[in-house]
Amino acid sequence: MELIRHLFSTGLSTIADVLPIAAIIFGFQLFVLRERIPNLKSVLTGFVYVLIGLTLFLVGLEEALFPAGKLMAQQLTDPEFIRGSVAAVGDALRWQDYAWVYLFAAAIGFSTTIAEPSLIAVAIKANQVSGGAISVWGLRIAVAIGVALGIALGAYRIVSGTPLHYYIIAGYIVVVVQTLFAPRMIIALAYDSGGVTTSTVTVPLVAALGLGLASTIPGRSALLDGFGLIAFASLFPIMSVIAYAQLGEWWMKQQIQQAKNEHTDKQD
Amino acid sequence: MEQLRSFLGTLTSSIRDLLPIVLVVAFFQLLVIQQPFPDLARVLTGCLLVVLGLTFFIRGLEQGLFPIGEAMAYAFARKASLPWLLLFAFALGFGTTIAEPALTAVAAEAARIAANGGAIANNDDSMANYALGLRITVALSVGFAILTGVYRIVRGWPIQYLIITGYIGVVIMTVFAPPEIIGIAYDSGGVTTSTVTVPLVTALGVGLAESIKGRNPMIDGFGLIAFASLTPMIFVMAYGMIV
Repeated sequence: MELIRHLFSTGLSTIADVLPIAAIIFGFQLFVLRERIPNLKSVLTGFVYVLIGLTLFLVGLEEALFPAGKLMAQQLTDPEFIRGSVAAVGDALRWQDYAWVYLFAAAIGFSTTIAEPSLIAVAIKANQVSGGAISVWGLRIAVAIGVALGIALGAYRIVSGTPLHYYIIAGYIVVVVQTLFAPRMIIALAYDSGGVTTSTVTVPLVAALGLGLASTIPGRSALLDGFGLIAFASLFPIMSVIAYAQLGEWWMKQQIQQAKNEHTDKQD
Repeated sequence: MEQLRSFLGTLTSSIRDLLPIVLVVAFFQLLVIQQPFPDLARVLTGCLLVVLGLTFFIRGLEQGLFPIGEAMAYAFARKASLPWLLLFAFALGFGTTIAEPALTAVAAEAARIAANGGAIANNDDSMANYALGLRITVALSVGFAILTGVYRIVRGWPIQYLIITGYIGVVIMTVFAPPEIIGIAYDSGGVTTSTVTVPLVTALGVGLAESIKGRNPMIDGFGLIAFASLTPMIFVMAYGMIV
């Protein structure tokens, strides 16, 4: 009963979310473009699928994973728990004592990114457009590794209390330098993958982790230090995707070189 | 029969998509925190819903969101009406962001911080005003971002110069913005792009690059999301300075 009510209310808010988008699209189709939408029936069914899909997805997350994930974030950041696994009571906690927190941050960042629907969408599109050169799973794993590193580093930042903008500005410099050497094909896609990683699945869990950390560590303010993890999660995938493309290019060159060598060997 | 088989195919891949989260949660719950799941039946029902939801979403993506985004890109390119295309881009960015629930949550949080810091009066009225102002600011910035991004695709400008200019803008604003707003501003870049907007905007960009002569969909088609996650940072810090 509870579940049905939850499904219903989430369904309504999903409709409210999609409505402005549908209004803009159909408004422009009717009044500006004045064209019939090709396969209208199939497109409308597709929109209904999206509505049903998002509703079920969100309700499922809120029923199962968010409570467990948020509880875990609280328990792992609880000073009692951290003390239990390390030094004697009374010692101040050092940043190294939070090892489980960093591991959890990385693991949850990686796994939620793999399930992120917008990333799946962009990966499918990139695979189509690149004629298969960029594999759906290759891109998703590259992005997920970036998010994992980003969130783990973001957790360290909250624990150590260093200012957010130093990290972000340093990250920008790395991205700019990488851009200079990156294959041209990947640049736009890499920049995009920063923005798609953080939506329905990642944000709530990551926010719970940040707030949990900031509110249990002495001297941190939940409001000032709890934010910022999302910024890490949208910066690091840019680096990891460019790195993925560079590795791919390097591997291709090796293969070609090898093929060439074999060829000349045969000729000798 | 054919449809059923492809449905089952999507279903299996959705299970694979969800598996890592389940493993991570189970590992930490059982081995690190060493506590059983509070309500296993509920967790399993939830997982089933997530898998079904993801399956439907992917179907809808391929049948609804991608085709309509592409069809509109082709239609605009055929009519060659740049002003209407730019207006559409702005409306899409603004319209999808203003209603975004994640943004509403962040704006309310930001209003609370501003009230605590004494930047605005500590009552419901001025906090609601502040939050609404922030939401409009972010929505305007996303509208502006999609508009710029679409114009870039039409012109064929390399994306990196625009993005690097944006980064410089963020750094300069960080120097002048009040410290309380910086964390929120940086995060607001990530929360603006929703699950429905991303596929639509991606299909639009790629469709435009495919239908305009001389554009490469891989080099020129992507990048709209990148703009949409960059401009809110600048606009939100500006908002924090003005209000």
